[in-house]
Amino acid sequence: MSQSSTSSKKSGQSKFSRFLYNDNTVGYFFIGLFVIGFLVFTVYPLFMSLYYSMTKYDGLSAPQWIGLRNYIRMFTTDIRYKKSLLTTFIYVFTSVPLRLIFALIVAMMFKRGGRVVAAYRTLFYLPSVIGGSVAVAVIWRQLWGYGGIINKAFNALGLIEGDFSFIASSSTALSTVVVLAVWQFGSPMLVFLAGLKDIPTSYYEAAEVDGANKWQQFWKITLPCLSPVIFFNLINQMISGFMAFTQAYIVTRGGPNDATNLYVVYLFERSFTSRQMGYGSAMAWVLIVIVGIMTAILFNTQHKWVFYESKGGK
Amino acid sequence: MAALNYTQRKKLGRGIFHVVVIFLCFLMTYPLLYMVFSSFKTAQDIFQRPNALFPQEFTLQNFPNGWRGFGGYTFSTFFGNSIFVTFFAVVGQIASSAMVAYGFARCNFKGRSIWLAIMIVTMMMPAQILIIPQYIMFNNFGWVDTFLPMIVPGYFGYPFFIFLIYQFMQGIPRDLDEAAFIDGCSKYGIFTKIILPLIKPALITAMIFAIYWKWDDFFSPMIYLSSVKKYTISIALKMFTDPSSVSDWGAAYAMATLSVLPVIIIFFCFQKYLVEGISTTGMKG
Repeated sequence: MSQSSTSSKKSGQSKFSRFLYNDNTVGYFFIGLFVIGFLVFTVYPLFMSLYYSMTKYDGLSAPQWIGLRNYIRMFTTDIRYKKSLLTTFIYVFTSVPLRLIFALIVAMMFKRGGRVVAAYRTLFYLPSVIGGSVAVAVIWRQLWGYGGIINKAFNALGLIEGDFSFIASSSTALSTVVVLAVWQFGSPMLVFLAGLKDIPTSYYEAAEVDGANKWQQFWKITLPCLSPVIFFNLINQMISGFMAFTQAYIVTRGGPNDATNLYVVYLFERSFTSRQMGYGSAMAWVLIVIVGIMTAILFNTQHKWVFYESKGGK
Repeated sequence: MAALNYTQRKKLGRGIFHVVVIFLCFLMTYPLLYMVFSSFKTAQDIFQRPNALFPQEFTLQNFPNGWRGFGGYTFSTFFGNSIFVTFFAVVGQIASSAMVAYGFARCNFKGRSIWLAIMIVTMMMPAQILIIPQYIMFNNFGWVDTFLPMIVPGYFGYPFFIFLIYQFMQGIPRDLDEAAFIDGCSKYGIFTKIILPLIKPALITAMIFAIYWKWDDFFSPMIYLSSVKKYTISIALKMFTDPSSVSDWGAAYAMATLSVLPVIIIFFCFQKYLVEGISTTGMKG
């Protein structure tokens, strides 16, 4: 090995210490925990789940091999599955873009400024810190329920008459969960802020000289310069969108009438409430494939809209 | 004559901006304010004026009422469980992640780039996908209804934190390592004596994320914990505020408020680290 400078330096020493200070030994000593954890907690479960997905399995008695029947059932007879898939896509395709748009608008608003603006930023970020908690989901139920503040606000605007629960109505339940997700736009906002700070002010100055207005500057400078960051946010948010569970589970319990039965909520119900772990594993694998395909699509379209600055230096 | 000059216009514009933003801040934080203030309302007040933000009269009674808990266990048990799980999980996650990150950042071993790629893919892979086989595995270990499934996996490195710390280490000049190496320090010594003290900010950032993800975690406790005695705060709160069984909403609000209090305190104390962590890695906060 050409690069094992560590061992050559310690040459007069015993075989053991040469082994101990060898680059490979040191490397695997440090990453060893990860390697073990990866094999035990990721690779092994991944293969087991592939096997379970082709069985009928309640988690207690031995799994029975049924081949691809779980997958076939998912896409043919399980109407609730199809609805859940559709609901999840609606959820992801509404909450993710809205979240990013709000994040970008707020980041632009608070791009620069002193202490006061920093305080605003903190307050806008606060919901994201606790938004995933059970406490917030509980409050959400109150705010959007019968006679809640949102109900009263709609009454006052004359949009709705009398008591109405956004959570109990199947046409509006999903929107309460979407709003809850959009409300937590804090982390993409911070990523946008970091991205905005990296755009050289000289670009804007040059545009100003050329007579470009703010609107043109936004479309021609800010958005293109920010596109790698948008791309990055989009991937992250999309993946976590498909995985949404806690909020839909606590606020609406997947209901009413399966209106908020997001993929992971349904997966949980099948696997742990009905103890159909074979079916649940098959659902998990389909989800891996869906998220994989969506990620691949995003990566393949990035050359059309994501602009990376040349790597040649500044 | 009604026309305003440039500075006046600018001042007016700024004034409008602040008014609008303060109103938006109020909207953004309304659910939290509602929760906190409701926990000081009397039962009658909650019933009669459910949408009023401020209590008619402040009462502290909801806190002792709520603390009594349910199923024979008080919230002392639930908070204690959460603190126990969070503490041991976070220690493991941070210590192991720092080690692994050092391996990737500073050691030149065979297969380094492959393992680095695997680590990044694992980071993007959501945990929920593996929940069934993991559950069965932990069930075979006899770990169901113990805290172990929530603690032990963290001791094998947590990809997000590995990545965060790895990124931070890349920014530390290698001259320091080399100088120490020439002085006869081994790679092991360089880690403990040189790198570890320098990556403190990254460790704090990772620690804060780790604390509040563990504290808020609902999915794992719900799957693994079945006896009330073992409930962590998130699952206890879920049971305590179940719409079909709650009778004392004041107590429910009070416990909800207490459950997020640690997270909010940590957030305000360590904001700077959090913001840096998210800005550099873009991960969910």
